[in-house]
Amino acid sequence: MRPYIDKKNKMTQQIYLGLFIIFFIFSLLQVGILDERIFQAFSRVENLLKGMVPPAISEPIDVAGAAVESLQVAVMGTLWGVVFSIVLAMFAAKNVSPHISISYAVKAFAAFVRAVPALIWALLFIVAIGLGPTPGILALAVNSIGMLMKVYAEAIEEIDTGIIDALKATGASQFQVVMQGIIPSIMSIFISWSIFRFDINIRYAAVLGVVGAGGIGWELVRASRVMAYDEVLGITLVIFGMILLAELVTRFLKDRADMATLKAME
Amino acid sequence: MSEVVLETKDLSMVFPDGTQALKNVTLTIKKGELVSIIGPSGAGKSTFMRSLNMLNKPTDGQIVFEGENVLKARGKQLRQIRRRIGMVFQHFNLIKRSPTYQNVLHGRLGYMPSLKGGLGRFSEEDTRQALEILRRVGLEDQAFKRADELSGGQQQRVGIARAIAQTPSLLLADEPIASLDPSSSENVMTYLKNVCQEDGLTSIVNLHQVDFAKKFAHRIIGIKAGEVVFDGSPKELTEGITNHLYYSK
Ligand SMILES: Nc1ncnc2c1ncn2[C@@H]1O[C@H](COP(=O)(O)OP(=O)(O)O)[C@@H](O)[C@H]1O
Ligand SMILES: [Mg+2]
Repeated sequence: MRPYIDKKNKMTQQIYLGLFIIFFIFSLLQVGILDERIFQAFSRVENLLKGMVPPAISEPIDVAGAAVESLQVAVMGTLWGVVFSIVLAMFAAKNVSPHISISYAVKAFAAFVRAVPALIWALLFIVAIGLGPTPGILALAVNSIGMLMKVYAEAIEEIDTGIIDALKATGASQFQVVMQGIIPSIMSIFISWSIFRFDINIRYAAVLGVVGAGGIGWELVRASRVMAYDEVLGITLVIFGMILLAELVTRFLKDRADMATLKAME
Repeated sequence: MSEVVLETKDLSMVFPDGTQALKNVTLTIKKGELVSIIGPSGAGKSTFMRSLNMLNKPTDGQIVFEGENVLKARGKQLRQIRRRIGMVFQHFNLIKRSPTYQNVLHGRLGYMPSLKGGLGRFSEEDTRQALEILRRVGLEDQAFKRADELSGGQQQRVGIARAIAQTPSLLLADEPIASLDPSSSENVMTYLKNVCQEDGLTSIVNLHQVDFAKKFAHRIIGIKAGEVVFDGSPKELTEGITNHLYYSK
């Protein structure tokens, strides 16, 4: 029996490998990566690089304003995402949801929201609302909900049902059970996921501007349209600095949160 | 002579999976009684106790608590019944990350408006009372520690303090010492009995250990396979009855 299974496994493996190779070669031919243009690219890149140095920023105030707007989009998007995720997670977690079918419905909604990328949400909201930071905030909020609601709900489901029973037994209302029992119990998981999500959102916020959803991405598009490559590099460096700064801040917050948890556990 | 606090009539419980956990349990508990329910694991002790405050809903029968029909109660009325029934759990069921005094204050939630209680805006009077109750269970020094920093026995005393903070007319304890070592068990049972006697509380305590039950209670009820098979004073509980309860089929 055993050798037979091994043989069968090996054969399926070979079939998969064969299919993969065929697909790979097909793709190469179709997409034309081995185009002669790729060999001409060297001179183009040379020109591009020459155009980029030294980096420049012609409108420092505009660029700074756009960078701040990106930060704002990230902060607001995360904040709204967190708030809605908490509320929805209370309906998604099986152990606190009013009904199991509500739990499934909310989880399905989150799965759908998660499956659609942030850029697509931004495009949809731009169509609905118009250009500017608002569609960017909404896109990040919705995209965050897809992820945060899932992890919050999982954290709630891991809670010992005993503490829910204990608070119910005191005559506490559902709201009180959530606020006094569930939230304190998931606080540290909740904080670390929210910070992690902010890290993701700051990166998204930098590129959302490319489709017109506010922030520094738009400056990048503007500069590259007029082929001001020195400015493209300048703005890229600003984005880099912005993300680095945000990362330092979130790392500091995370360390603080970990410290608090450690201290409490001593 | 003394008034009835709790009455159950033909209380039955069949779980959705078909397990019959309670069969026609009919009992009357009078004011001031200290009752122990004993019986082997799986007898239905927890199910009976959790039915009294509707943590699980019996499928048949009646529960009357201080004249109110518990099984008919919903929403606000149910919360008002629950706040008069304190409950102590085997695994303490404290909010581990919250400080001790806050766990005691949770006993006041049923008396507060939903929003105010949810936001933890407990009154000064409630806080003072909570600290006083902690003193009564010998934990005044631990009031501001996180609940999970306390030992098992101490955590269970916080559990008792939370129940007492409800100013209940009935105190339920479901195997309060089953996860404690022998000396903590002694200690917790002593505190439990003391607060019951000081406040003239009516109390029902599920206990696996017969010796603790005899020491604690005025009245012992034996449950086996969901049915009451013994109801009498500790003296009337002979070895023969205990053997029947725990060992015979
Ligand atoms: N949620 C549940 N679903 C199905 N059966 C249950 C559930 N809870 C308890 N039971 C069953 O009901 C019976 C009584 O359980 P329980 O009241 O916990 O007993 P005890 O507290 O005396 O040990 C047992 O047979 C147990 O397996
Ligand atoms: Mg039990």
